[in-house]
Amino acid sequence: MIEMLKEMYKFRDLAAMLTLRDLRVRYKQAAMGFMWAIFMPIVAVCAGILIKEAMSFVSHVPVDTKGIVSISVKVLPWTFFISSIRFAVLALVGNSTLITKIYFPRAILVLSSILACLFDLCVAILVLAVLLVFLKVGVSVYLLWLPLLLLLLFLYTLGFGLILSAANLFFRDVKYVVEILLMFGIFFTPVFYSADSFGKWKSLMLLNPLGSIIEEIDKVVVLHQMPDMLWIIYAMVSSIAVFILGMVIFHKTEPYFAESI
Amino acid sequence: MSYAIEFNEVWKKYRKGEKVNSLRDAIPKLFSRKESELELESKEFWALKNVSFNIEKGDVVGIMGPNGAGKSTILKLLSKIMNPNKGSMKINGRLAALIEVTAGFHPDLTGRENVYLNGTILGMRKKEIDGKFDEIVEFSGVGEFIDTPVKRYSSGMFSRLGFSVAAHMDPDILLVDEILSVGDIAFQAKCAGKIRELLNSGATVLLVSHQLNMIQSLCKRAILLQNGEVVKDGKVEDVFPYYQNIVYKKNEDDLKHKLSAIDGRVRIDKKSMMEITHVGISNGRSAKIEVEDPIEFQIDYEAKDALDNPIFTLEIIRADGILCCSSSTKEEGINTGTLEGKGSVKINIGKTLLAPGIYMAKISVWDKEMMHPYIVHNRDVFRIEYGNKQTEGLFLVKADWSLNKE
Repeated sequence: MIEMLKEMYKFRDLAAMLTLRDLRVRYKQAAMGFMWAIFMPIVAVCAGILIKEAMSFVSHVPVDTKGIVSISVKVLPWTFFISSIRFAVLALVGNSTLITKIYFPRAILVLSSILACLFDLCVAILVLAVLLVFLKVGVSVYLLWLPLLLLLLFLYTLGFGLILSAANLFFRDVKYVVEILLMFGIFFTPVFYSADSFGKWKSLMLLNPLGSIIEEIDKVVVLHQMPDMLWIIYAMVSSIAVFILGMVIFHKTEPYFAESI
Repeated sequence: MSYAIEFNEVWKKYRKGEKVNSLRDAIPKLFSRKESELELESKEFWALKNVSFNIEKGDVVGIMGPNGAGKSTILKLLSKIMNPNKGSMKINGRLAALIEVTAGFHPDLTGRENVYLNGTILGMRKKEIDGKFDEIVEFSGVGEFIDTPVKRYSSGMFSRLGFSVAAHMDPDILLVDEILSVGDIAFQAKCAGKIRELLNSGATVLLVSHQLNMIQSLCKRAILLQNGEVVKDGKVEDVFPYYQNIVYKKNEDDLKHKLSAIDGRVRIDKKSMMEITHVGISNGRSAKIEVEDPIEFQIDYEAKDALDNPIFTLEIIRADGILCCSSSTKEEGINTGTLEGKGSVKINIGKTLLAPGIYMAKISVWDKEMMHPYIVHNRDVFRIEYGNKQTEGLFLVKADWSLNKE
């Protein structure tokens, strides 16, 4: 695996180029162009707020700003995760000419598709930061945890992306299964609600590493609390495990890509 | 001595037909370990069988072979796109493949963006491309269109740009697969020049081509493949005859097959008065005819009726339809008299200077006025095999060269 990482490092310029390609292609020939990268997270946040308002209307609990801000913050990692997985699943199959014609570490394709989504996430974070200042959410030292949490999110996503893209190359059924899982995933991930509202079932919600990462992000950004060390360690172990597993599976199946695609 | 490329007993198998990718088949397969990698399942076949060769640094080696011999498979293995089923290979140095040079292009990106993208796909660093960018554009001749999306390019511009990127990689090892069919003649000459330049810089080159002249002019060594096996490996001059013979043998079989198919359908005259029962072609001793051998034709006939002074003609036609030479009893002033019943005619055309290749003997028997033929017999194919003489053209010449220097 170390060798694989080394080889990927050797091709780092390629990763940058492919990321650029993905971004350029995504926003080329679109009248709004790059504005979509800003517009999309705003829409996602609005959808979250709408749901929160609707829920409070039904349950007659008044909405507080904190709740709305929480949703806005939590929606972004979630959209990053689902769009990354969607692009990553197709990263190998969509570049079949490259895979059958030229050699380079194929993981680069998956990596760059996720990096392109990471770029969108960064844009969204900037937009959100402006919004948070406007809403007077304020800052705290706990914000320093954020880079680590984002790194874990990235590793977790990359690990899954690697596994699913390789699986989709052999069995095209995978992309449909993934769509279904992502559709249901929103219900099992504390995005539009807080894990606390589940009472004693809270731990179950957080067993999904994505859930615990998102909850901790909410804690350090909005609630200004020290993150829960237990869940941080759990998220760390599980995302690194997923990442390593992804690398290993990908590496093992890589030699068969060109023939099986 | 360190080799640039080492290929050790490499085996590679492919599967015919569509690969069934269903979980039902795949899961049991995971658990049943195959006893040996070298067993073929149904529908599988060997594309390479136990292929070994070493190539020294700075060598220029041609890979030849008829279609389906495994040439491209070797290039694909070398460029690490696929792995062998058995055996190992070693590559020392940076490898560039001039195969499918436009594979990395994205139609929506501009020429400039694609140069960077394709360059990095091929393994260059961005800095490296920065340095060579102007040279690449200059070489491709795309010029002012470099900032236009490549989907608007003509196909010629498209592939020229692709080749230019790949050619500017400065590789230690270069794989070339029938590349020089890109662009017009001027660009092809430019490509050949670029490859020569790489050769002179000490790169190791592996060239796959059907153009014999190209292999001859660039390579010192050639490897001949047939059906996934190395048939001959050595100096180009030594390998050439083998290649010619393989290709000719295939042509001969094809032609024979075609002729026998025609024979079943077309019959000139069912109640022919003359029947040719057998034609033997030999060099007097054996049926294997080499360049400069004498050729002897023996025609066994059976005349059903008494024929008055019929005329026999022999024409030798090359596989591509060119009439090479002919002879007839009339021209030679031979009176055949009255023929009835079985008999045979022998024609010795002496030492021929015909070049190696596939030929057809067309034998016809005419009435004495040469007005209509009794029979036209044209299904005898023979091959003049490649000897130790190199020939291009229709026939050999006994050239006598003399050089006078003032």
